[in-house]
Amino acid sequence: MPLAVYPGCSLTGSSREYMESVEQILKTFEIPYTFVEDWNCCGATAAHNLNRKVAEALPARIIALAEKQGADEILVPCAACYNRLKSSQKKMDEDKVLKGQLSEMVGMPLDNGIKILNVLEVIEQSIVPKLNEKIQAPLNFKAACYYGCLLVRPGNVLNFDREEDPQSMDRIVEILGATPVKWSFKTECCGAGFTVSRTDIVSRLSGDILIDAVEHGAQALIVACPMCHANLDMRRKDIEKATGRKFDIPVIYLTQAIGMALGIDHQKLGLNRHFVPVSI
Amino acid sequence: MSRIGVFICHCGENISATVDCERVAREASLMEGVLYSIDYKYMCSDPGQNLIKEAIKEHNLNGVVVAACSPRMHEPTFRNACAEAGLNPYMCEIANLREHVSWVHEKGDATTQKAIDLVRMLVEKVKNNKPLLPITVPVTRRALVLGGGIGGIQASLDIANAGHQVILVERDPSIGGHMSQLSETFPTLDCSQCILTPRMVEVARHPNITLITYAELESLEGFIGNFKAKIRKKAKSIDEKLCTGCGLCTTKCPNKKIPSEFNEGLGTRTAIYIPFPQAVPNKPVIDKTQCTYYTKGKCRLCEKTCPAQAIRLDQEDEILEFDVGAVVLATGFNVKGTDFFPEYGYGNYQDVITGLQFERLASASGPTLGEIRRPSDGKIPEKIVFVACAGSRDPAKGIEYCSKICCMYIAKHAMLYKHKVHQGNAYVFYMDIRAGGKMYEEFVRRAIEEDDVKYIRGRVSRIYERNGKLIVKGADTLMGGKPIEIDADMVVLATAGVASPKAEELAQKVHVSYDQHNFYAEAHPKLKPVETNTAGIFLAGSCQAPKDIPETVAMASGAASKVIGLFSNSELKRDPSIAVVNRMPPPTYTTCVGCGLCVTACPYQAIQLEDIKDRKGNVVKRAAYVNPGLCQGCGTCVAFCRSKSIDIEGYTSQQIVAEISALLNDE
Repeated sequence: MPLAVYPGCSLTGSSREYMESVEQILKTFEIPYTFVEDWNCCGATAAHNLNRKVAEALPARIIALAEKQGADEILVPCAACYNRLKSSQKKMDEDKVLKGQLSEMVGMPLDNGIKILNVLEVIEQSIVPKLNEKIQAPLNFKAACYYGCLLVRPGNVLNFDREEDPQSMDRIVEILGATPVKWSFKTECCGAGFTVSRTDIVSRLSGDILIDAVEHGAQALIVACPMCHANLDMRRKDIEKATGRKFDIPVIYLTQAIGMALGIDHQKLGLNRHFVPVSI
Repeated sequence: MSRIGVFICHCGENISATVDCERVAREASLMEGVLYSIDYKYMCSDPGQNLIKEAIKEHNLNGVVVAACSPRMHEPTFRNACAEAGLNPYMCEIANLREHVSWVHEKGDATTQKAIDLVRMLVEKVKNNKPLLPITVPVTRRALVLGGGIGGIQASLDIANAGHQVILVERDPSIGGHMSQLSETFPTLDCSQCILTPRMVEVARHPNITLITYAELESLEGFIGNFKAKIRKKAKSIDEKLCTGCGLCTTKCPNKKIPSEFNEGLGTRTAIYIPFPQAVPNKPVIDKTQCTYYTKGKCRLCEKTCPAQAIRLDQEDEILEFDVGAVVLATGFNVKGTDFFPEYGYGNYQDVITGLQFERLASASGPTLGEIRRPSDGKIPEKIVFVACAGSRDPAKGIEYCSKICCMYIAKHAMLYKHKVHQGNAYVFYMDIRAGGKMYEEFVRRAIEEDDVKYIRGRVSRIYERNGKLIVKGADTLMGGKPIEIDADMVVLATAGVASPKAEELAQKVHVSYDQHNFYAEAHPKLKPVETNTAGIFLAGSCQAPKDIPETVAMASGAASKVIGLFSNSELKRDPSIAVVNRMPPPTYTTCVGCGLCVTACPYQAIQLEDIKDRKGNVVKRAAYVNPGLCQGCGTCVAFCRSKSIDIEGYTSQQIVAEISALLNDE
């Protein structure tokens, strides 16, 4: 069965370069995929703060749609969407009554057996085994792999990598030729959704992340979350104002980094769309 | 012909307030086989017991049912009373009218009817009772103590001072355990070594104690009073009789960079080593996993150096066998390493250490000779943070329990630090301060008030390194959850106390139960704290759960007194409620077919298959045999037996069926 891909709102808007690079590498490695048709918002931060039923129904509908398409795996590149989908899946697993109610709400049968994968899992599973032979331009820089909060936590829901000191991205980056640095802020909060309402908090938190990365010798930050990317890249001016320091360290999606190592044109990977120029 | 007496107790008002005791007595008197029936206010009192004794004599009763409280409470009382009146005590049964009736039901006819039914059941049971005699087993008056920490030392000394032989087995090259690693002890701040080492020497010199170090239990077979223990004495590669303990070999050994277990990895030792200067015995051993001769086949420098020619490189492990009557498990505990904590750096930061490591830093015999210097660069830390409950009380870490000793030792650590580094700052992150114990709370207050240790109620979410400082991120929950960051020079984690690494293996070897954390299970959490479910095996100290020195010593003395009690007779009397495989005259011999299901079912290894021989000595059948010394009367084998050949004495199928029939026939 082909892999279903759920883009979510960010990957069609502010982070379209993430989607572009995901598609580039899926194509390069000849992994068949289809987008979830008629997809809806995952609920993001807002839904589960306001209405718990709706918060579960939104991801449930996405799961039901993907299952209707016959997919048994769904790739969710956005860390927040991934977190929401996994969380709803677990809730439905544990509560059959809820599952029935949600199935009724979304008006579709719900098997809930689909495997929800983040970008790292798909890469480790389907790309890493063939990665070495395809590398054209090994990356030659020190990289700080930044996982953020939603990709690995809470551990008992996601069951993916170790919560406090994840390693999967570091392993992949090493294959690409880059040197992953040991640093302390791998899973610290970037400020997330406060990017709109409290830029001051985001500037301070994201600033701390940049400082730690730079002080540990990193020349690039590698990320797998559109929210983290937005805060570290788009908010760079605010960060510089808040910290009183200049940073030229670029923020690159892992999929872009893979594309770079594969020798794919930077334009195709959307690297030109960043606020902080990628010149390494 | 049954001549049964029924005695209904009011238990003050406990029973009579809900059950019509007079009616129960009246109805009981009408039951078949009941000759005498009476109710009384306090049956367990002297006059009450006399009532039973008089009735037995007067009416020549051959069975007694006492309807009163739980048999757990007064069965022995009433059985003794019967015995005093000349009746076999096992002809007395208890109907539980208190816990099973009056305490759990409303007053009413149905309640009284249930009481009558219970009495009827027991009357029918007692009709099927047979007089039983206590089982006697011989006792070997020699104890095996496993573990030479303070618990094992105390238990050994107590048993030995009572005049009995003790075999004390220690896994490490020296006795002393964790207590020998400690600097000072709470709440008095007296030096741990100073109070411990005299005891260690006493053990070594005691005529009744055989001390075997660098050794482990290989196997334990047998049962209470009659165990056979095999001890593996690991090769020390020296002749202990010739060795004078001069230590010259340890100065010449070229392999000097081995992390010292005694110093918790903060110091080094050689391959041939004495773990610490006060070690008992004070003679070296060769660590075969590290020694160049054993790993690479050459060196032998110690052999050339030894003035007493005591080095024996070809020495092999020895298996020693002992008959013992009782076993004390005093195998102690361990603490989690810093690598258990991803959020505190996965053990990657050298200056994040465990409480036990801090003990070594603060100890005069430690790697820094008692100066508080951080491991990475030897600097004296100006800011030090102590994190309580590192792992403990944290279900997410799989450790739900409180490690009990940390609150106290953290207060002690912080004090010791402040006493040595006057200008330094000590912070403690804590959840609650648990200072229950004599002078304990006062001790913690002293740390806070006199020594200016800053206590912050909150947990540490993360520790990371920045510019040579350890940034400790936490929250002060008493200040409205205000986030706090402390740039510390050193962090001490009070890591959770956990079971010894080989605790589970040992428990399986000696057949004692253990909990999900591999701590050994006591027989009863309140009333049998030093016994295990296996008769003759006792517990001392933190192998049962984390505990401090006074508690360990008290428990060790408790275990010792149980052993001494066991050794006070040459024979042991036990409750005869045990499993028995039926035996009958030839040609059947027994209905047991020797399938062996019961052998595998028995949790106490009490059943084995034996040959049944005829008079000429020919084997005619192979059948199960229950060892009366080992059987605990649990009844698992009875449930497993397909041919119904096993019964528990006093609880035979016949008796149980009689009880149930009594209930059914009444309907």
